[in-house]
Amino acid sequence: MTTLSPTRPRRSGGRTHRAYSAIPGESPGSPPWRALKSLLLLVCVLLVVVPFVAIVSTSVAGSAQVTEAGGFVLWPDHPTLDSYTALLSGGLVSRAMMVSVGITVVGTALSLVSSIMLAYGLSRPGSFGHKPILMLLLMSMLFVPGVIPTYLTVKQLGMINSYWSLILPTMINAFNVIVLRSFFMSIPKELLDAARIDGASEWSILSRVVLPLSKASVGVIGLFYAVTYWNAFFNALLFMNDAAKWPMQLVLRTYVVNNASLSGGQIDAAAGAPVPPAQSLQAAILVLSIVPIVLVYPFVQRHMNKGVMIGAVKG
Amino acid sequence: MTTLQQTAAPPAEKSGGAGKRLPLRRLRPGNRRDLALFWFAVPGLAALLLFHYIPLLGNVIAFQDYQPYIGIMHSPWTGFDNFDVVFDGNEQFLRALSNTLQLTLIQVVFVFPVPIALALALNSLVSERLKKWVQNVLYLPHFLSWVVIVALFQQMLGQTGMLNLFLQSHDLGTWNIIGNPDTFKALLTFQVIWKDAGWGTILFLAALSRVDNNLYEASAMDGASRLRQTWHVTLPALRSLVILLLILRLGDALSVGFEQILLQQTAVGLQDSEVLDTYVFNNGLVGGQWGVAAAVGLVKGVVGVVLVLGANKIAHLFGEEGVYRS
Repeated sequence: MTTLSPTRPRRSGGRTHRAYSAIPGESPGSPPWRALKSLLLLVCVLLVVVPFVAIVSTSVAGSAQVTEAGGFVLWPDHPTLDSYTALLSGGLVSRAMMVSVGITVVGTALSLVSSIMLAYGLSRPGSFGHKPILMLLLMSMLFVPGVIPTYLTVKQLGMINSYWSLILPTMINAFNVIVLRSFFMSIPKELLDAARIDGASEWSILSRVVLPLSKASVGVIGLFYAVTYWNAFFNALLFMNDAAKWPMQLVLRTYVVNNASLSGGQIDAAAGAPVPPAQSLQAAILVLSIVPIVLVYPFVQRHMNKGVMIGAVKG
Repeated sequence: MTTLQQTAAPPAEKSGGAGKRLPLRRLRPGNRRDLALFWFAVPGLAALLLFHYIPLLGNVIAFQDYQPYIGIMHSPWTGFDNFDVVFDGNEQFLRALSNTLQLTLIQVVFVFPVPIALALALNSLVSERLKKWVQNVLYLPHFLSWVVIVALFQQMLGQTGMLNLFLQSHDLGTWNIIGNPDTFKALLTFQVIWKDAGWGTILFLAALSRVDNNLYEASAMDGASRLRQTWHVTLPALRSLVILLLILRLGDALSVGFEQILLQQTAVGLQDSEVLDTYVFNNGLVGGQWGVAAAVGLVKGVVGVVLVLGANKIAHLFGEEGVYRS
């Protein structure tokens, strides 16, 4: 498109004509209008970025600076990792981190495997049980069981206080399966037929032909599952009464949102080291529960538009 | 519903000659592969049945005086007694319903247009790299949990948060926004915008990128101003998507930010913060009125389904695609 349109005449002087724009889409509009839009976007970006900066700064600020500033720091003078070492050298927060990481890893693996298998199993219309199973899957998005029957079922299965209660009930997300299925169905039939003629089993077709072609979609769906497991709060609140088995989100709720004070056994203040200020500890807990998401984010955001688009267009 | 039953039953069985044809077909190699595909679906299907459809059946306790130590099998049946709360206008229930509907209305009016405006602004950024960068920043909050977001808001805007520290140090008093019943609904709305407005632009940006560029050139040739281009070319291109998203939102009209509200409820008080979902949670799991809470949950679910189907029907009447076609 850009090759067709001539360079912007604004540069060569003279009055511009809107038809000659180098930018595809709407013509850019008058300078004050554009400035206004840029300002709007800048404000939005700042609204997102500033809280993160403040929280990270406060978590690494020394206690002197926190006291002097009255609680919050926008930029640390003498960054220290005291709060993190206090939180992560044993005690409640370290255990919660391990629980959350474990549930996220195991849960994402189980979810991906079962969703990929379900999506592939449903990818050929006319196969045995195709229609009823697809119906059950689609209907599950429309008919959602309430909180109470779900709780009673999990309780009946004896999974209260079991880590499985944080994985199995959310293992299959119908929307994710539909997205995967529509991607699998978009793979040219000829590829699969060729593999079949060569005598490949369905399992090896899935693992050697279909999956290598759908890395992007599987990556995005994997991210969605991982984020869901990491963020799971309400299920943990329902099913986990034992504080020793709490994931990060419950710790965050108790000690930051509800402002319970961290003390004694909850952090490891061994060797008579001074306990870091409460404000820094809270900020550090908050950072610890955000960091994993920020870490996986860049790996998958490249594929995000593509993966989500497929779901949006076909799902 | 009728389509479900028709499609689920294989046509061969209706014609009566099924006994002979089915075994023969099963012998063909293609069908052995079909069976293999079925086994692929089994683990996911089992999870779906166990944790979705069995709880769905568990809704029968809405018709019981359910006692946990007796169980579903032996709890006495009470017919529609539990539904009295809904239909006889229990005060606590009506308050929850009213708060829910108010929040839905506020959020449709104030939250829904934000991603569209953002997408239009993003779309007119000249530099592709800058655009990608801004997008990536704005998408991030979507991936944070409500616990994190509520905690962040408290740290920023709370009584002893950043903003009030700043105000106090400049002798401007304090701005009491967290834990204040009067501003609670506004706070909830702002939190929803902060979390999801950026992410919401994805669909609109995708729709914008599919607009035929010739339309803009043609309209510019005809002397259309920028605003007229937006009005006559860009916004019509977004129409189907807007209708689709409004339908989905309508189906969710009775669910407003359950975790978000639950986390902030204690500070604000039930009067202004109780919504249907928290009503079910507070009365059932906390209060032990299992039957009544399940009944409210069931009514909410049924109304939700009716809303989605109805909105979809309306979309079809207007000649739009809607969510699905049967």
